[in-house]
Amino acid sequence: MNFSPAPLHIPDGFLTIVVSAIFWLITIVMVGLAVSKTNRSLGEKQIPIMGVMAAFIFAAQMLNFPIAGGTSGHFLGGTLAAIVLGPWAGILVMTAVVGIQALLFQDGGLLVMGANIFNMGILTAVIGYGLYRLVIHQKKGIRLAVAGGGAWIATMAAALFASLELWLSGTTRLEIVLPAMLGVHALIGLGEALITVAALAYIEQTRPDLLNLDNSAREGGWGWIVSGVVISLLAVLISPLASGNPDGLEKIASDLGFLGSGLDAPFQILPDYSIPFLGDTAISTILAGAVGAIVLIGLVVLLGRNLHRQKSD
Amino acid sequence: MHVDVFDQYHFTPSRVHDLDPRVKVLITVLFILSNALLPDGSWPAFALAWLLLLVANDQSGLGLGFTFKRSVVALPFTLVAVSAIFSPQGSPLAVWDLGFITLIPTDLGLIRFFSIVVRSWLSVQIAILLVATTQFPDLLHALEHLRLPRTLTTIIAFLFRYLFVLTNEVFRILRAREARSAGLPGVKGGGKLSWQIKTTGSMVGQLFLRSYERSDRIYQSMISRGYIGHIRTLNPHYMERQDWLYLFVFILFLVIIQFVGWVS
Repeated sequence: MNFSPAPLHIPDGFLTIVVSAIFWLITIVMVGLAVSKTNRSLGEKQIPIMGVMAAFIFAAQMLNFPIAGGTSGHFLGGTLAAIVLGPWAGILVMTAVVGIQALLFQDGGLLVMGANIFNMGILTAVIGYGLYRLVIHQKKGIRLAVAGGGAWIATMAAALFASLELWLSGTTRLEIVLPAMLGVHALIGLGEALITVAALAYIEQTRPDLLNLDNSAREGGWGWIVSGVVISLLAVLISPLASGNPDGLEKIASDLGFLGSGLDAPFQILPDYSIPFLGDTAISTILAGAVGAIVLIGLVVLLGRNLHRQKSD
Repeated sequence: MHVDVFDQYHFTPSRVHDLDPRVKVLITVLFILSNALLPDGSWPAFALAWLLLLVANDQSGLGLGFTFKRSVVALPFTLVAVSAIFSPQGSPLAVWDLGFITLIPTDLGLIRFFSIVVRSWLSVQIAILLVATTQFPDLLHALEHLRLPRTLTTIIAFLFRYLFVLTNEVFRILRAREARSAGLPGVKGGGKLSWQIKTTGSMVGQLFLRSYERSDRIYQSMISRGYIGHIRTLNPHYMERQDWLYLFVFILFLVIIQFVGWVS
């Protein structure tokens, strides 16, 4: 049995009730919207399809592939689902996947499921679909490249939010958990991006009718593009800032009344010990993050072109 | 592959198995909530909660250690909480100089860490007990009664049903790859990384197409059998006196646990 728990599934007990409740609230609103949208715009036919697609995502997570350094790429699938099925259906499919992983395999908790659905279902759909929607009428190479970039950013954003949730709950120290989570997920996200691109290229080649672009464009409007771009930019900017300068975030969080308002001992991160391999100034780390993102997108563009060329041969 | 690999349901005739699924879902959620509400370091209350769990284990007829054996699934994640040990609050217990970083474990940090681990460990066990004593369709039906949108429960029902079918599909695809990947002894097989990625991507794409086409056929056959947009059950749920009694007694115990936790 190849099923292995992924580090993004937060179990019960790791988040405080306040943090769990906040993310449940966001998740309930988004999933409720998704349910009413799909009920209104799609027929009953869509429900069995979404169910089987959810089973597909679950089964596809078993197709591991090795990346350098002994890690293996673990496919999450949120971006692929949102691009192929549309954003609302993508959210519902990922909600079902996260829900059944928690219910059946205890991979992720019940009380914290709102946060898990948000990280792995909603964020990935908003980022993955939003960015893809931006270039939906462009050439195939560009679309594939953006889909790959979106998948990578979505994975990083999920890791970022999981770290922030854990930190707000006083479970971890931000300056330790954030670099670790982002480091691991930079690799996992790479696998995610490459598989998403390769799978999309395959589907475009064999059943282009399934990726009905006009249909998909009608379903998600400018709202998706704007929120997708804004959230990805936020994620790209916050990650280096937060890992280089956790005190700033700490101050924001305590101003908002998070730290110290809960039942648990508030955390204060001492400036005495810091990790030297992190950047010195916020500017340099943001730059580093941006350069990394550009390099990655360039790589994915090259790969997309390459696959495209092989197709047309 | 057989259904048993995924299905976590274990049948033995017992009072817990006979309880209304709604009661079991409520009890599970309340138990996890109660653990989350307990303050750090309230060991007597955590011990009482564990005792309650043991009683539930015993009542389920699955054996006292049943959930304990399977609770290791939550262990890897405790790694994330390790940094809580070095909370700057509380008095330092030691100083570990590792060269590039100085770690100072504190008493409050240790208490925080072990409280998180115990909470998570208790919560995972009750969830294991829930799925071990409730058939999955009953569980979904209970969630529907508890006002989960029907669209969502139906999607999850399909997911559960086709999980097994599509997993078989995955094994067929993997077997096909094996069959086409002949190797010489002593020669390293497999192409370059880009080739591997392309193969994996094609496998995912192929799986997607097979799933999609299968879901189309499923829908056609469901329509011809009278599907009207949701799944009906032959297993209606009625709350009986015993169900109410169990719910009441369990909540009473949780109130006592909370009392012990906050007073001590």
